[in-house]
Amino acid sequence: MYSTKYIKPNSTSEALEAIKSMGEGKFLAGGMTLIPTLKQRLASPDGLVDISGCDLDSISDEGDTIKIGAMTKHASVAESGLVNKAIPALAKLADGIGDRQVRNRGTLGGSVANNDPSACYPSAVLALKAIVHTNTRSIQADEFFTGMFETALEENEIIEAISFSKPTKANYVKFPNPASRYAMVGVFVAQFNDGVRVAVTGAGEGGVFRHAEMEAALSSNYNADALSALEISSEGLISDLHASPEYRANLIKEMTKRAVV
Amino acid sequence: MNEVTKIDGIGSSVRRTEDKKFLTGKGRYTDDINKPGQVQAYFLRSDVAHAEIKSIDTKAAQSAPGVVGVFTGSDIAADKIGGPICGWVVPCRDGSSTKEPPHPLLAQGKVRFVGDAVAVVVAETMEQAKSAAELIDVDYNELTPVVDFVNADKGAQIHEEVPNNCYFDWELGDESATNKAIESAAKVVKLSVRNNRLVPNAMEPRSALAEYDSLDESYTLHTTSQNPHLTRLVLAAFMFAIPESKLRVIAPDVGGGFGSKIYVYIEEAVCVWASKKIGRPVKWTADRTQAFLTDCHGRDHVNDVQLALDDNNKIIGLRVDTVCNLGAYLSAFSVVVPTILHGTLLSGQYDIPAIYTNVKGMATNTVNVDAYRGAGRPEATYLLERTMETAAKEVGMDPAEFRRINFIPKDAFPYQTQVALQYDIGDYEPHLDKAMEMIDYSNFEKRRAEAAKRGMYRGIGMSSYIEACGLAPSAVVGALGGRVGQWESASVRVNPTGTISVFTGSHSHGQGHATTFAQIVADKLGIPMENVEVIHGDTDKTPFGMGSYGSRSLASGGSAISKAVDKIINKSKKIAAHLLEASEDDIDFKDGKFVVGGTDKEKAFGEIALAAYVPHNYPLETLEPGLEENAFYDPTNFVFPSGTHIAEVEIDPATGVVEVVDWAACDDFGNLVNPMIVEGQVHGGIAQGIGQALLEDAHYDENGQLLTASYMDYCMPRADDLPSFKVGYTNTPCTHNDLGVKGCGEAGAIASPPALINAVIDALSPLGVTDMSMPATPQKVWKAIQESQSVAAE
Repeated sequence: MYSTKYIKPNSTSEALEAIKSMGEGKFLAGGMTLIPTLKQRLASPDGLVDISGCDLDSISDEGDTIKIGAMTKHASVAESGLVNKAIPALAKLADGIGDRQVRNRGTLGGSVANNDPSACYPSAVLALKAIVHTNTRSIQADEFFTGMFETALEENEIIEAISFSKPTKANYVKFPNPASRYAMVGVFVAQFNDGVRVAVTGAGEGGVFRHAEMEAALSSNYNADALSALEISSEGLISDLHASPEYRANLIKEMTKRAVV
Repeated sequence: MNEVTKIDGIGSSVRRTEDKKFLTGKGRYTDDINKPGQVQAYFLRSDVAHAEIKSIDTKAAQSAPGVVGVFTGSDIAADKIGGPICGWVVPCRDGSSTKEPPHPLLAQGKVRFVGDAVAVVVAETMEQAKSAAELIDVDYNELTPVVDFVNADKGAQIHEEVPNNCYFDWELGDESATNKAIESAAKVVKLSVRNNRLVPNAMEPRSALAEYDSLDESYTLHTTSQNPHLTRLVLAAFMFAIPESKLRVIAPDVGGGFGSKIYVYIEEAVCVWASKKIGRPVKWTADRTQAFLTDCHGRDHVNDVQLALDDNNKIIGLRVDTVCNLGAYLSAFSVVVPTILHGTLLSGQYDIPAIYTNVKGMATNTVNVDAYRGAGRPEATYLLERTMETAAKEVGMDPAEFRRINFIPKDAFPYQTQVALQYDIGDYEPHLDKAMEMIDYSNFEKRRAEAAKRGMYRGIGMSSYIEACGLAPSAVVGALGGRVGQWESASVRVNPTGTISVFTGSHSHGQGHATTFAQIVADKLGIPMENVEVIHGDTDKTPFGMGSYGSRSLASGGSAISKAVDKIINKSKKIAAHLLEASEDDIDFKDGKFVVGGTDKEKAFGEIALAAYVPHNYPLETLEPGLEENAFYDPTNFVFPSGTHIAEVEIDPATGVVEVVDWAACDDFGNLVNPMIVEGQVHGGIAQGIGQALLEDAHYDENGQLLTASYMDYCMPRADDLPSFKVGYTNTPCTHNDLGVKGCGEAGAIASPPALINAVIDALSPLGVTDMSMPATPQKVWKAIQESQSVAAE
């Protein structure tokens, strides 16, 4: 990697000050994507602002929602009693990310801010009607993800926490890429009193997306059989060495069926 | 002593003595070693597959921070340093020899694959070297890359010396007899298979540390090698034209090789050269990306097979036409792998009266292809065992029975095949029977039916393989085009207190030689194993040796050790006879004691050792003092391990995922020295075979860019991809080495891919699927199911 400055402030306001003092600075969360990128010399920021000291790693029950700090590690979410009680599907998702090392470094906020099309968390954010709290505002999940590796976050905006709505039922099932074990298709299904939300990750050219037809079918009948007659379009799905759009379309339906239990 | 022999000797599953350091992270690999004043080398590599170099501007790099030197191909050429050589060539059908284009250490005028080294930057730190390399400006005139090796003859010519991009066009066997058999056959089974290209992925990436001593004008090279003496020979004699005595090569702990660390690579040679040029020790260590791009890959064949059967389903002829990809330059053993180590194995375990094969080795703009665990034998076994299973299905026979009627009968050994090899011994039905029993073959259809109720397709497939390893008598190797000997060396030094230092020409990079070799010595001398130390991997310490590859370490290296120990025993008997005042002929050696036959007069081995080094009462007039013997063992034939592997799979039609649910491996490795280590080798081999069959695939795009250049896209087998293996053995001891041993390192990787693909096809056979290429990925299997269903619907 290229040499770069490293600063570890104690609050988000200090972090903002620090990043403004740099030309092209980068916030560093768990570093699961950023550090490998730097090591391969694919990025050369003027400095890194490590926000792990900014007290952003609490988990709290807020009644209708579970609020998780942006710097909470995957392992902490997976082990959290609050999360396991209120949204076990979210704990299951966190427990299936990467390997033990990744789960003990990688963070919720880092994953969501990066919006990797193969990441697991964005599907939970979208399906669980989450609200992304930043240092300046609160953003609805449906407005947050704007494209592959792109979000509504503006320059120098830090995710502080994410509130996930408690569903009546939810599940996450992924089909891992055989090589990387990222989600080749991951489906988060969440049932609420006002309907079912189905979010698909790993498959869309534009990143995570909601699947309207499956949501409609499951909202009227929360049963895998309700999906049988559906034809899943392969349009807009990723094509790579491991899966064609057609195969991904098949997996979307299959993983959704397996998620509805 | 009896008890010690029982615990530590041949046949005991002694825990590996070398593992303590590895399991506690204390292994000492090349990159762990640092020298005062050391600098780092970084290679600027071509990012295009095929191009002329119009110019290279290194000026900015030369003056970048920390830079000690920047060199290109012209600097190497000025010093007249040669490139790596090809260690084995074969004759072509037209009477010409293998075309051997030069392989410059740094590109001269042209780059031929993505990763080809264009320049080297030497700097105080690796980061400085990398930063400086970014300042080098290379102006390329891009040429059309040749990637599709089957049609490489129609592509742009890669080397002036290699017309039609064909390095060689080789044949073996009787073409007219084979064609006649095919013409007269009751049935001809035809199959075209592809052996997918693999990246070796040793856990430790390649590394080199070269140091030049200007006072005695000598070099020391630490490097990741499977055979340090060959590395020294090639570097000294063929590349640098210096006396071998002026180059010491040390291969310390080496973290896996699988073939990829047999050869001399350009990087270690450049480090040696630069260490003198700069006058400081030069280190280079590959990162994982460089390993993907520049380690020799494996396999990459296409084979067209015709198997001729008579009315009784007996095989009467086999023809195999092969095209293989050898990449941008000829690597050391790249020619022998698809020819001598492939064509000669085509008879498998079967009595085939006529065989012919033709192999074309093609140049492409991809990295070199060379030996990878099994090296030629997996490719031969794959095409043959896929064809055997296909033929059985086509003639409506159980695949086991079809194999059985075609096996070489056990009373036919030694058996002369139609493809040069003579099998000394074997007995194939017992391992077939035992493997079938281990996997409960007779009840398979019940399991298939039960799986079907769960919506799963269950299948079973087998593979009865043979391999030739060791390798061979040196004279035979020479006659077949090999430029090296195939003996192995050992030096056994008895220390004055009776402990033993064994110096072996074999090289351990994970195989457990320190344990296995010590067991042989302990067993033969009747002494505790912990009294035996095994030293390897340093040309200044060990006798000239050929190293480890081709499952040769025990059969050849172990035999050399055994021979040296026999010499020790013979000399010890003379000493004992003197001490016991008896005739040498009356001395028996048993359980570590020299006894005068029929008396209670005896001397322990330790007493003899002491007498040899403190020769106060010693027959100095007729016997030299000391107790140390060398042996060079040249095998009289290949050794021929064989076996049957049976795989059972379940396929989820909704996703195409193949789960390996059961595996039975029954192998005949001759006598086993350490069954636990053997079992580990079998497990590892099968894991690699399952990787090839289901997961791994090195994929270049049409521009010659390696798309699978990281673990994000190249799929290695993981523990949860594998079942628990059932491992069993039969034993027909090798007839021509004292230990009766064969070889076990490659067997698993040779046997497993066809068994697994046969099982996948069997599982899908109710759908009418008759073929499946490797790797059988979920997407590919799912697609085959979809296509079969759409055919059924029509």
